[in-house]
Amino acid sequence: MAASDAHKGDVSMRNAFGSVLAFLILLLIGVLAFSIRLFSVIKYESVIHEFDPYFNYRVTQFLTKNGIYDFWNWFDDRTWYPLGRVIGGTVYPGLTLTAGTLYWLLNSLNIPLSVETVCVFTAPIFSAFASWATYLLTKEVKGVGAGLTAAALLAMVPSYISRSVAGSYDNEAVAIFALIFTFYLYLKTLNTGSLFYATLNSLSYFYMVCSWGGYTFIINLIPMHVLLCIVTGRYSSRLYIAYAPLVVLGTLLAALVPVVGFNAVMTSEHFASFLVFIIIHVVALVYYIKGILSPKMFKVALALVVSVGLAVCFAMVAVLIALVASSPTKGWSGRSLSLLDPTYASKYIPIIASVSEHQPPTWPSYFMDINVLAFLIPAGIIACFSPLSDASSFVVLYIVLSVYFSGVMVRLMLVLAPAACILSGIALSQAFDVFTRSIKFQLPSLSDHSHIDAGDASSENVVLDDTIKTDKSEDTPKERTTKRSKKKEKEPVEKPPSKSQLKKRLSVLPFEASIVAVFLLVLLVAFYVVHCVWAAAEAYSAPSIVLTSHSNDGLHVFDDFREAYAWLSHNTDVDDKVASWWDYGYQTTAMANRTVIVDNNTWNNTHIATVGTAMSSPEKAAWEIFHSLDVKYVLVVFGGLVGYPSDDINKFLWMVRIGGGVFPHIKEPDYLRDDGKAFDRVRRTEIGKKYFKLTHFEEVFTTHHWMVRIYKLKPPKNRIRGKNKRSKSKTSSTTTSKRKGTRRNPF
Amino acid sequence: MSKKLIVLFLGLIPLLCTCFSPDTPSDRRVLVLLDDFAIKSSHSIFFNNLKSRGFDLDFKLAHDPTISLQRYGQYLYDALILFSPSIERFGGSIDAAAILDFVDSGHDLIVAASSNASDLIREIATECGVDFDEDSSAMVIDHSGYAVSATEGDHTLIASDDFIKSDVILGKEKIKAPVLFQGIGHSLNPSNSLVLKVLSASPSAYSANPSSKLTSPPSLTGTSISLVSVVQARNNARILISGSLSMFSNRFFQSDVQKAGSPTKHDKSGNEQFLTELSKWVFHERGHLKAVNVKHHKIGEVEEPALYRINDDLEYSVELYEWSGKDWEPYVANDVQVQFYMMSPYVLKTLSTDSKGYYFTSFKVPDVYGVFQFKVEYERLGYTSLSLSKQIPVRPFRHNEYERFIPAAYPYYGAAFSMMAGFFIFTAVHLYHK
Repeated sequence: MAASDAHKGDVSMRNAFGSVLAFLILLLIGVLAFSIRLFSVIKYESVIHEFDPYFNYRVTQFLTKNGIYDFWNWFDDRTWYPLGRVIGGTVYPGLTLTAGTLYWLLNSLNIPLSVETVCVFTAPIFSAFASWATYLLTKEVKGVGAGLTAAALLAMVPSYISRSVAGSYDNEAVAIFALIFTFYLYLKTLNTGSLFYATLNSLSYFYMVCSWGGYTFIINLIPMHVLLCIVTGRYSSRLYIAYAPLVVLGTLLAALVPVVGFNAVMTSEHFASFLVFIIIHVVALVYYIKGILSPKMFKVALALVVSVGLAVCFAMVAVLIALVASSPTKGWSGRSLSLLDPTYASKYIPIIASVSEHQPPTWPSYFMDINVLAFLIPAGIIACFSPLSDASSFVVLYIVLSVYFSGVMVRLMLVLAPAACILSGIALSQAFDVFTRSIKFQLPSLSDHSHIDAGDASSENVVLDDTIKTDKSEDTPKERTTKRSKKKEKEPVEKPPSKSQLKKRLSVLPFEASIVAVFLLVLLVAFYVVHCVWAAAEAYSAPSIVLTSHSNDGLHVFDDFREAYAWLSHNTDVDDKVASWWDYGYQTTAMANRTVIVDNNTWNNTHIATVGTAMSSPEKAAWEIFHSLDVKYVLVVFGGLVGYPSDDINKFLWMVRIGGGVFPHIKEPDYLRDDGKAFDRVRRTEIGKKYFKLTHFEEVFTTHHWMVRIYKLKPPKNRIRGKNKRSKSKTSSTTTSKRKGTRRNPF
Repeated sequence: MSKKLIVLFLGLIPLLCTCFSPDTPSDRRVLVLLDDFAIKSSHSIFFNNLKSRGFDLDFKLAHDPTISLQRYGQYLYDALILFSPSIERFGGSIDAAAILDFVDSGHDLIVAASSNASDLIREIATECGVDFDEDSSAMVIDHSGYAVSATEGDHTLIASDDFIKSDVILGKEKIKAPVLFQGIGHSLNPSNSLVLKVLSASPSAYSANPSSKLTSPPSLTGTSISLVSVVQARNNARILISGSLSMFSNRFFQSDVQKAGSPTKHDKSGNEQFLTELSKWVFHERGHLKAVNVKHHKIGEVEEPALYRINDDLEYSVELYEWSGKDWEPYVANDVQVQFYMMSPYVLKTLSTDSKGYYFTSFKVPDVYGVFQFKVEYERLGYTSLSLSKQIPVRPFRHNEYERFIPAAYPYYGAAFSMMAGFFIFTAVHLYHK
């Protein structure tokens, strides 16, 4: 007894030590997640990136200036002229409210940070939160060791970095945290059966709904998992508690978000959850009746219930199908439909297909974005099956679905990344577990001693590589044991510990093989770290508003976008309307503060088609379209001089397609003719028409590298010419002499 | 916030403002370019008439090398009279382009051609939308509408009384005597909305060389021949183009006139009245409108709001004045309309007037949100075009402006509350009954 007491003290001592260590490691992971995303600030400057973040930034500015009620009621008259946009009702407010709260909190603590600074650093802060949430989630599945490994992997997974570098102030930045945290709370509820966590889960789901349209992934994945549990006979009251409150509370809360509203009960994306909600009640009833009836009676009742239930189900399904079929898109939004049928968007909705992040990814992008995790995922899946618990089956389902979705849309690689990290974390930690245990058992001198020495021994092999990794490999075996012991108390369902201890001894690998394997694993992880740092520093840190290029004569900075927007804000009237392709709408309103016709919130296809038609029409027709929209300036992006590939010519066929989708006189084949002589440096082809003169537009501004060119609509001619032919030849000389503005060459 | 509501004059109205001072839109300084100074005395009645109306005439020879229209970027004159039909090239810095720029910056122009009109004059006319007969020796001949004279001529002296029917252009007083015309005809493009035929030839007129035999059908015939035309450019600059210089002369002004086939013989031709009234119009002494005090506000309020809500009731008012040559007088009409416009007019209302220049109306904002404009597009024959637009956003209801308790929903409220009560009772019974 005394010996066992001493042993207990030893274990609790080790537990305490392990907890402190785990806490420190988590802290370091948080710091890592934050700091690896600062490359963009260090290499460029503290600016908002890309396109959508500028809109979010503008909304946040409005929120901090005018308060939440004005934000909720905000009708923006500076975009989508002349339709305007009800921003309060069409925006996912989660990110804005988060950053607004941060700003308010900091300023009330007398830390006077600007709104822009807060916005720039929101994403890195939330990626630290996301990695901690990953730790919690993985801990629920496979214990602390796997949790720490997964958290460290997520902190630097390139896919997530691409959306959450400092300055990338987009919905996904907070949504990924919300996604992981919601899953964690679901698993926590599933493991504990606590109504407290179920309520928290609903709140977390609410935050996710506030943040990102990707919340539909949660509300489909969790019902699928519940269904899986029911089908595999794993129904329990814990499952019911984890699911039923989420559907009821979550749907109620989701309907509170203005942008979702009645969609929460009316669109097909949410129907799965209601169907499963019905099923789980039927199942619960069946289990309840089974409990109170004798087996014979139960059989009778079963037949009755099944027949009645089937009838009800058929009726429900029929009603649902009728409802769904009565709507033109079958109740699905275009983006969701393109998830199920990858070719849907490119066939029917050019506006969705035109966005590069809605395209299916290429194979290299998997290696770029999740790197070695792609190889570790299968191992993680296997680890999840030994033994299969409710939680681990959820993770398996998560990875399977997210792999499918990421294959449909590049953008959803972001949803795959956490799953990949969780499974890789599990795989790595299990592997380390096995190998270090093998080493420990076979070290002759230490076989009798405690586990810590073994851990130290293994860590010494690794110490050169990476501190965090060292910490992990050191603590993995211990944490495994503590977790085991905890599980012992909680779940008597698990196999008796003595048996597993016995198994451990049997599944011992050769000593040398273990050493080599550990070394290889560490090498693998080291490669991953190197790749992630490279990706964070080189691939994903460019703000896209400022471009750089390295050439023989050094670094070139192309700051043409901001130059053009600054020109607009200083040289045009406050109420002037600027037309451009929709990509530049958000930036124009945020940076130049000018009214735009269309922007990146592509809510009105017709309006975009109008601009597309204007862009692809002859000069006079284009002038008339723009004039009818009160446009004063037209902004075009031209990469032909410096070789900037994603310019308006690159997007031109999309303008034609989108325009042609609404105005059938625009036909794509008309624009595919090759009779060119001039040379385009981006596309290495000759330009069709050269030396043309514009009669209805005049160039008013061109940036330093010609990347942005701004044209002004000329007013209608003051006089209408007569048609006398004789004098025409003479007058042509006078009219050309009147034209001003010969192009200056910037070089 | 009122800065946001800027009155946007479409077209070139801003340009106009710099040219016509808002107080006196009439011209003051006029440059007269002549072929030779003899015209100054032979057309003295017309010139004296202008002088007596307060114009400051500056006579120059068209080939004078010192003439210029502008100095240091400022125009020296408000109007230009070209009585030099034969000039091939102006002196000084003036050329066709300079004259057209002069017009395009809002100044007025009178061009008189004659049978020996040069290419330069024809070019200026063409640029303004007036096509003189391309045959340089052609004149307008009318064998039935000619003016009876002592000698039987070649019927190139025409007595025409086919005027445009517009009190604004030709004055309220009817021109009784026909107008004598001798010169070249021109045609107008019917699709050109800026140019107006003020004096047109009779159906029997045609344009040909009177001294040679007619071999081919004349290119211009009948009423399509315009003798005198006016152009009002989009910036409201006005141009008078006549195919005859001699119709401005003292001789034509004073001569008696009898139209062939007409028994009445007038002691004095209609030229003086016709050209005096027409010059008043061209020099903006008549038919020039201005709009001031464009206002709108909610009914019951005075302040102009930054934006409206859908279904607001609002009032719109504007004051319109016409320049009488001396001061601004209220403009009275019953056809001024305002549009509440977003890509297409959602509301189109005729404004009521108090006959003192004040126009007003009230209407309900449509149930559509967006960025609207109050638009007044007033274009009437002879008047300068008014184009006012004022941008105003219309917002939807705020989230707390909707009705809270609608009667139709009471069954649902009842259901919800009875459900809550029932659940409470059920819980109490279930927990504490045993």
